[in-house]
Amino acid sequence: MRVLPMGDRALLVELADAAEAQALHAELLRRRAAGSLPPVREIVPAARTVLLDGLDDPAALARQLPQWAVPPLSAAAQEVIEIPVRYDGPDLAAVAACWRTSEEEAIRIHAAAEYRVAFCGFAPGFGYLTGLPEQYAVPRRPTPRTSVPPGSLALAGPYTGVYPRSSPGGWQLIGTADTVLWDPAREPAALLTPGARVRFTVERR
Amino acid sequence: MTDRALAVVRAGALTTVQDLGRPGHAHLGVPRSGALDPSAARLVNRLVGNADGAAVLETTLNGCAVRPRCAVTAAVGGAPCAVTVDGRPAAWGAPVRVPAGAVLEAGPAVSGLRSYLGFAGGIAVDAVLGSRSADLLSGLGPPPLSEGSVLPLGTPRGPSPAQPDAAPWPGPPAELVLRIRLGPRDDWFTPEAPAALASGAYRVSSASNRIGLRLEGPPLRRAVTAELPSEGLVLGAVQVPPDGRPVVFLADHPTTGGYPVVAVVDERDLPAAAQARPGAPVRFVPAVRPSHSSGRRHSSGRRLDSRGRLDSRGGHGSRGGHGSGGP
Repeated sequence: MRVLPMGDRALLVELADAAEAQALHAELLRRRAAGSLPPVREIVPAARTVLLDGLDDPAALARQLPQWAVPPLSAAAQEVIEIPVRYDGPDLAAVAACWRTSEEEAIRIHAAAEYRVAFCGFAPGFGYLTGLPEQYAVPRRPTPRTSVPPGSLALAGPYTGVYPRSSPGGWQLIGTADTVLWDPAREPAALLTPGARVRFTVERR
Repeated sequence: MTDRALAVVRAGALTTVQDLGRPGHAHLGVPRSGALDPSAARLVNRLVGNADGAAVLETTLNGCAVRPRCAVTAAVGGAPCAVTVDGRPAAWGAPVRVPAGAVLEAGPAVSGLRSYLGFAGGIAVDAVLGSRSADLLSGLGPPPLSEGSVLPLGTPRGPSPAQPDAAPWPGPPAELVLRIRLGPRDDWFTPEAPAALASGAYRVSSASNRIGLRLEGPPLRRAVTAELPSEGLVLGAVQVPPDGRPVVFLADHPTTGGYPVVAVVDERDLPAAAQARPGAPVRFVPAVRPSHSSGRRHSSGRRLDSRGRLDSRGGHGSRGGHGSGGP
């Protein structure tokens, strides 16, 4: 763990990998819920960092953080969000080819994995999901699409994501979900919040 | 439709509804947004008897004009500009009584960039995640004003203060000076980077908007050329995209990004940055470290403003260019 000051009010905590970052994020949420974390405005996990912004005394927390015993992530007792998906995306064939398998098998592989929201970004409610085995990482499309339909299930690098709304995008589209991912009138507005567990279930095409 | 409303007569280059933003949702990918010059937004609210967080109008360079359907107390602050009611001169930086059906106009900014129009009762568009601010990165909140659109007004909570605050506006300095603290990724740049930032060789680019103050000047060279995995961003972060030209992130900044942040600008200098016009010279200076015991930050800084030209608009959906990891 490396704790880097970011301005006068924030700390960027750098971890060895995504799993460590997710474990620290979970521990931070536990401590905040228990009232044992100093007041903090934002806790923003990312690929292998957690940002703590809006701290009154970042130096004090920076000294304490490396002494924390952070338990590894456990899947126990946490609800799994199920997202029904039609695996009908325009890049499904390309992804199957990249994986050197059939489309049917690619669907089976993707739907068999269990995912976790590592972090959100890009657009409100867009979650970067980890959980697909490492060997199935795929490149981004060489040319991004100017418009990706809302609900598109997409892959890039180690991540799976679902576009909450129409936007430009460079990920490989493998399916479509009707689930509402972002609704500002709902609490929380984002269906996929950092740390959430997710499964994709196969809907008939 | 209720009479407590404003009709937009002249939208200006870019006029948005802003309050103090929606912090606390960055982990969901939601920018903080809010007035770029919050002290000016607070001031116009105080002048009309509102709470600090009431929603106001934020203009860009050339002001705007609105026609209230009811008599309302208004105030214009922030960047100084001519204020008129039905063409007759009215006070800037003081409460102005606008009769029902009259046109309140804030003219082009004389110096600075962004004027603020406050109205007794505040702009009462629906709040999204606790804020009425327009977020031009995500498209949350009300769209920028357009001619003919109508904005609801809230109910005034009482009479305006009899002795309103003064509305000070220091003259624009020759140079925008931004205090920075290096890091977290200053070690991704060559050792010459701090000297380059302090050289004063940067100027505000006309591509600046509510998302960030883009700078022209000597590119900062990378010592580490690896790709940076996406990480969280803070207000005032000085991010360096592949072209090496720093971007100072303002209120509508993305919540995560994949380019290294070389330094962070002291939050107190950001209103001046938001009022700086394209072409304004910019110099970064080291901030004094905060004292450990008090938790208070040093207070040697003064309010700085800048001059130059601007024709930029913040656009919807301009997500590109903040990092390599975006979908």
